[in-house]
Amino acid sequence: MKVAVVGAGPAGVRAVERLVAAGISPVWIDEAPDGGGRIYQRPPAGLARDARTLYGFEAKRATSVHETLDALKPKVDWRPETLVWHIRPEARTLNTLSRGRQAEVAYDAAILCTGAMDRVIPVPGWTRPGVTTLGAAQIALKTQGCGIGRRVAFLGTGPLLWLVAHQYAKAGAEVVAVLDTTSFATKLRAAPGLMLGGMTFAKGLYYTAWLRRRGIHIAEGVTPIAIDGDDNGVTAIAWRDAAGREHRAECDAAGIGWGLKPEAQLADLARVPFRHDPVQANWVPVRDEAGRTPVAGIYLAGDGAGIGGAEVAEIAGARAALTLLADAGHRIDPIETVTLDRRLASQARFRAALERAFPFPTHLARSIADDTLLCRCEGLRAGELRAAARAEAATGPATEVNRAKSFTRVGMGRCQGRVCGAAAAEVLAAELGCDVAAIGRLRGQPPVKPIPIPAPVSAP
Amino acid sequence: MKLVRLRDASRPRITLTLEGQPIEAQQGDTLLTALLAAGAGHLRESEFGDGPRAGFCLMGACQDCWVVVEGMGRVRACATLAAQGMEVRRG
Repeated sequence: MKVAVVGAGPAGVRAVERLVAAGISPVWIDEAPDGGGRIYQRPPAGLARDARTLYGFEAKRATSVHETLDALKPKVDWRPETLVWHIRPEARTLNTLSRGRQAEVAYDAAILCTGAMDRVIPVPGWTRPGVTTLGAAQIALKTQGCGIGRRVAFLGTGPLLWLVAHQYAKAGAEVVAVLDTTSFATKLRAAPGLMLGGMTFAKGLYYTAWLRRRGIHIAEGVTPIAIDGDDNGVTAIAWRDAAGREHRAECDAAGIGWGLKPEAQLADLARVPFRHDPVQANWVPVRDEAGRTPVAGIYLAGDGAGIGGAEVAEIAGARAALTLLADAGHRIDPIETVTLDRRLASQARFRAALERAFPFPTHLARSIADDTLLCRCEGLRAGELRAAARAEAATGPATEVNRAKSFTRVGMGRCQGRVCGAAAAEVLAAELGCDVAAIGRLRGQPPVKPIPIPAPVSAP
Repeated sequence: MKLVRLRDASRPRITLTLEGQPIEAQQGDTLLTALLAAGAGHLRESEFGDGPRAGFCLMGACQDCWVVVEGMGRVRACATLAAQGMEVRRG
């Protein structure tokens, strides 16, 4: 049986571990040189910090994932630095590109563990050099030992906002402000549910308290105004506090982000249907609790199948592999599946509370000013998308997001709507006066990331 | 944008060039780190005239850090390790 696993983060590692234990040697593909996913990404050789410094509270988990990953490499067809740019479910084939070389990988079954990226709301000035996602700010520090600036502001919401601010302050950067768009009251309402998270919740409180103790400026319930700058990059960040007063802090960089969204392009190309999850405020590929999709031979695990975090990804990766094995006629231990299912169900309750504590602020996305750059790839401003949604638009109103893409190029650029998609959908839905689920989602297109087109060979 | 080296900052030095000008970097730097820590300021210009760009996601998703390396063609600066002697142009 030919099995392919895409992704070597926590979900992919635990999936491959179960497959290998059952005597299957999958093709295992990852874009990074050394696996680990984003959360447990390892720095290149030569950078020497230990796991405790790199991963903090998660050091034990990170080390365990890395050790398992390294032990599995010789037992599988390990293909690092390889992009899966297309999947054709009717032919059960993956198209890959590695160091300029194309290849096809045939599979009978595939587990897609494609991870997540930051969800972003454009604010004036967000395309300036010096503004990155929260995830980017963390990656710069973790894998390169660098801060995105010397005096850094963090804006957005979610656990990552507080974690990254803590990591920067600890590493010696000056954190000038932590600006959470979620109000304290919203978080307080979610507190009982957050208790389910036990240690995870405690860690969140620890980071917040740590930052407060050091006198770092913290504001909750803020409305972003702008990230200002000049030719050299960022010079300041401006915001309105919960009482409506305007503030401004000088800084030379800003990290922004509002939770995560699945990198589910391959599931999309595999024709897995999607549903809009109102709790996560994300489109997520349809799968059952065991990781099985309606498409024969396609299984999903980890944040690429809906945001759950690294701990969930490990459980879901193992669970999806057991499902694949059971579907293929292997005998699997029913006690293990029940245990995994129970852990997934308990984590799901905590996750729902977390989403309620740090909700995606749709009101901010919907009120992006007309002259603010919305799609950074295509240089499209929010007002241009709104114009396309109006009844008097020359093309007729764009009542669906892929029509809006055809009319305005929103989401058509080099990132394929990964970055602007969530906010663009809210802008369009607000203009049309409908729920965001009603306007559909940007369809994925191969290649899922830009790849070089080889020069045509001229005929002799 | 200037990346600031806060940790692991005393690795062996390498030299590459940006638009023909020498740049000093460290072994283990990505191209994005090498250029932005050395003061390049930005990596490319938006095709739509709305200013310079210097990457955004650092995880190979946003495609806003493209540069051109002699012999390699267009690459994502965030996902490409810098190497001694690389000749880089803005993307």
